[in-house]
Amino acid sequence: MDKLATYALRLGDDSLIVGQRLGEWCGHAPALEVDLSLANIALDQIGQATHFLNLAGELEAKGRDGDALAFRRDVMDFTNCLLVEQPNGDFAQTIGRQFLFSHYQALLFEQMASAKDARFAAIAAKASKEVAYHATLASDWVIRLGDGTDESKARMIAGLDWMWRFTDELFLMDEVDAAALAAGVGVDKASLRSAWDARVDAALAEATLTRPPPRRATTGGRAGRHSEHLGHLLSDMQFLQRAYPGATW
Amino acid sequence: MYTTDMTGKTKAETVAEDPALIAAFEARVANDEFIEPKDWMPQAYRKTLVRQMSQHAHSEIVGMLPEGNWITRAPNLRRKAILLAKVQDEGGHGLYLYAAAETLGASRDEMTEALLSGKAKYSTIFNYPTLTWADIGAIGWLVDGAAIMNQVPLQRTSYGPYARAMVRICKEESFHQRQGYEIMMHLAAGAPEQKRMAQDALNRWWWPSLMMFGPPDDKSPNTAQSMRWRIKRDTNDDLRQKFVDITVPQAQAIGLTVPDDQLKWNDERGGYDFGEVDWEEFAAVVRGEGPVAKERIQARQKAWAEGAWVREAARVHAEKRAAAKQAAE
Repeated sequence: MDKLATYALRLGDDSLIVGQRLGEWCGHAPALEVDLSLANIALDQIGQATHFLNLAGELEAKGRDGDALAFRRDVMDFTNCLLVEQPNGDFAQTIGRQFLFSHYQALLFEQMASAKDARFAAIAAKASKEVAYHATLASDWVIRLGDGTDESKARMIAGLDWMWRFTDELFLMDEVDAAALAAGVGVDKASLRSAWDARVDAALAEATLTRPPPRRATTGGRAGRHSEHLGHLLSDMQFLQRAYPGATW
Repeated sequence: MYTTDMTGKTKAETVAEDPALIAAFEARVANDEFIEPKDWMPQAYRKTLVRQMSQHAHSEIVGMLPEGNWITRAPNLRRKAILLAKVQDEGGHGLYLYAAAETLGASRDEMTEALLSGKAKYSTIFNYPTLTWADIGAIGWLVDGAAIMNQVPLQRTSYGPYARAMVRICKEESFHQRQGYEIMMHLAAGAPEQKRMAQDALNRWWWPSLMMFGPPDDKSPNTAQSMRWRIKRDTNDDLRQKFVDITVPQAQAIGLTVPDDQLKWNDERGGYDFGEVDWEEFAAVVRGEGPVAKERIQARQKAWAEGAWVREAARVHAEKRAAAKQAAE
């Protein structure tokens, strides 16, 4: 796969997997309004995944479309970051994941909206409006839970603690990122870190929380080295396409 | 969607009401005027509406579960997005309807409590399981189709807020219905195993969909009063007949067979004759003995109980905010 195709694939995989996770909440959220907002974010993410995966298929030029890429690859070929495949856990854990991820996506797409490649720029321009809303919503919940009751605070701390080891991966640059950057498509992700830190820290301060202590980063998602969670997620997601190969739906 | 007047119980009101007020109210209703929240209305009218509207809202919420069951397994990205959007619409309908019921003085917390305790009902249809992807098509086509049949006349129901909620809801429901039928069309025209899946779903959802219109007219104690007050505009049997007449040709058009060996076009009546609904099964499902009734209510209870700390955190945080704001002023 050429590097730009891989770049698009990674973006699509991130959105697809987090959208899939959020879809699991349907009908089970703490309040109807929350159910609706989680489904709303999931829908935005599935939309982004569709655009990026179709683009990846087009760039790859091997006749695979977004559906082939989503439903007929195994774990070692998925390139999403480890953060998005983490289990939902309780509501605080889900919010912790969304908070860390949405602020990253917001910064990423803001910049990518002015990419030289019009296809990436167009998807990012649309997505950046959506993810700005996701980031605000997630921050609001981090603040409510952090500065709510003793229990909600303890849960919010635990939720962030679960997710924290996967945050460094978001900002890693490898040869795919470098090639995309050189082609005027990609974003220097390492350079997003300070703005991300500032946004995250500001929300944590308002939530009366402190940043979890530093720890060794757990990485590998971009190279297909995932947690044990992804295989289960894929077996659920891909069941029909695997059971009825070649069928259209 | 999905109002089936199920409980069949309206206790006689003991409160004496001014006959002049009743007469004026009935005249307005007979004249097809909308009743609005601040208008005088008989206690029994208010009570019937709260029951019907809250059950309708509960049905939207419980109805998210059978379809939500397939979100993570939808067969492609487009279908997944459509299903997510649809389930969001259902939740939104629930919100409209709770808000409309609140105009009658019912609180959302009370209504939720009634659902979770089993005191309030929801549509019988959601006590059936979604076993295959084709069930998502069948629900859109048949269940939403039956809901529309029930709800289109409710756009002229006598209570203004309910009628207006129905106008908004019907637009989205008819869209869902078309999407569901499109899923069935695809399956029916697909590989043999897909067609089999579609037929199996039709076999399982057909009769439960006919039950959505409620008991037969001669066993529907609320109908007369509800029709006089124009809460209801058509009888259960009339709507059921209309549904059968519209839906049977749709099944035929895509090569599926309706699972009723007594189904036959009646030239004289200009409608289909069809077999008898299993009213014993209907009564059992209304009593809470549907195949997945326990799972449905347990899922709602669990979401509510496990979300309590979140709602409490939101409440406490809002109080802190308000106190801080007041202190700053």
